[in-house]
Amino acid sequence: MKKQQIYHALKVDHDICYGCTHCMNVCPTDAIRINDGKALILKKRCVDCGECLKVCPVDAIFVEQDDLKNIFDFECRVALVPSVFTGQFPTSITEEEIFSVMHELGFTHVFQAEFMVDVINDLMNEQSLTNEDKPLISTFCPSIIRLIQVKFPSLTDNIATVNPPVNASAAFYRKMLIKQGIAEEQIGIFYVTPCAAKIAAIKGFEKYHDSINGVINMQYLYNKLYVKIKNSTKEEKELPVLPHLSSKSIQWSLTRGEADNMNGKCLAVDEIHNVIEFLELLENDEIPVVDFLELRACDQGCAGGVLLHGNRFLTVERLNERARQLENDNEGVNWKEHKEIIKDKDLFISKLDSLPAMSLDQDFSEALKKMERIRNLMCYLPGIDCGACGSPNCSALAEDIVQRKANLSNCVFLQRTMEKSKKLSGEHAIRLIEKTWGKDRLDKDCRKKGAKNEGM
Amino acid sequence: MEFIYEVEGGNFTKAGNASSAVKKTLKQLNVNPKIVKRIVVALYEAEVNVVAHAYKGVITVNITPEHINILLDDEGPGIPDIDLAMKEGFSTASSKVREMGFGAGMGLPNIKKNVDDLNVSSIVDKGTKVEMKTYL
Repeated sequence: MKKQQIYHALKVDHDICYGCTHCMNVCPTDAIRINDGKALILKKRCVDCGECLKVCPVDAIFVEQDDLKNIFDFECRVALVPSVFTGQFPTSITEEEIFSVMHELGFTHVFQAEFMVDVINDLMNEQSLTNEDKPLISTFCPSIIRLIQVKFPSLTDNIATVNPPVNASAAFYRKMLIKQGIAEEQIGIFYVTPCAAKIAAIKGFEKYHDSINGVINMQYLYNKLYVKIKNSTKEEKELPVLPHLSSKSIQWSLTRGEADNMNGKCLAVDEIHNVIEFLELLENDEIPVVDFLELRACDQGCAGGVLLHGNRFLTVERLNERARQLENDNEGVNWKEHKEIIKDKDLFISKLDSLPAMSLDQDFSEALKKMERIRNLMCYLPGIDCGACGSPNCSALAEDIVQRKANLSNCVFLQRTMEKSKKLSGEHAIRLIEKTWGKDRLDKDCRKKGAKNEGM
Repeated sequence: MEFIYEVEGGNFTKAGNASSAVKKTLKQLNVNPKIVKRIVVALYEAEVNVVAHAYKGVITVNITPEHINILLDDEGPGIPDIDLAMKEGFSTASSKVREMGFGAGMGLPNIKKNVDDLNVSSIVDKGTKVEMKTYL
């Protein structure tokens, strides 16, 4: 298998991180360790789901994003906006209003990321019919794709080879603008992202697509926009004319958005831990025949994206409301009118490789030896899974020890046993704790979170 | 290296626990995903067989650099005619079990398809031993 450089969008701000165990405990792939009082993300295992970002009590985990100023590197500045973005605004504010304020921020064009949903829907139905490995798994959520590559390698053949709508839409709009006479290098398409996984997908892993020039954090843009909308005088403004999306396209990124529109027996599972539970069953052949699987890392689909400002349930309700308003509206743009400019390479991706990250060693007999040592170590570790060693649980610590990334004395309980048998001095034990949790970590500090002088 | 799992007859909620544990182990051992899948599918079938038919059973998994050997040893009614049980579609499962989606009579044939060697021996009213071997 070829070595690939994997890009991750989630980063830890070491100035803010104070080394608690929240992120480490929720990580669905055991990809976080604490060392020297800071969280460390293991690149091989991270799937950019953003659970750590959601749970961090001090906002030390952030996404790497492009500066809004970057759009001015281009003459033609396109914002590619997913429908959940508009779903955060009250329905009294129209899509046109929202998009017109985006023009004020400097974008010359605003397009919808779900524009190509109908095409994608048709293509996936075709693949679902012919795919030998049932069920066909949607490519919509990049975090799920990564999860399968890393943790469920035997299911990579089930992943569709159809591009997600955002990439197909970007390719379409780029060609449309070129056809209108704009030079390709002058076109900058910026995707307004609801999550970390889409940043990682666009910026790096696999050759996802090259028609998107940057990503803008949705939360950041929402704040910029909402201030402008709040302060705007309700004068007559020239509103942009938008291609109206179908109600199906508007709801596509929500849970059941795909499953309700695919042929055959379709299932939708959202939230990454639920997805893992389901994929375990699927891998054991415990699931009766299903034709299509919609899997999303976030609860409520993209409405639950980490970079969304609003409550996910309200966002879902608002999008459903917007979709209902559109049901009587037949002005939707027919992509077939533009069929000649869409090429296969805009619509399809190649089969994905697995990137198994859970194995102990490339070599089977080495792995077998390591596993024997892990089982031996587990006889001594207490099985409390407290995380005080800096690894998420006892078996992860045992694995880290075998991989020479930790020591048995990292376990605070074994430290006590060692102290009792005089193998370890009290001072040495404190030094060990400080190695994991940072210097002076056990000193009194009244300004820490929850303490009496917090924030002073 | 040996792993041992106990199986409780009649408890379908827990059927599959051993298969999942073995699957995790094989993934950690970097066994080819396609082989893992075959072994796990076979083991799950066999595990469900024990749950569906026997009172209790023990699964012993033996992993060496050459092969993976799994033995399911149960206390139960046994199989009177093993050749018949190996036929696709033959099933003695009760209607209650069938209602739960099990007992289609594909168990043993499906196991045979997914492993390299399959040995079934049984004593009526005592129990059944299913041994399956996959070479690496």
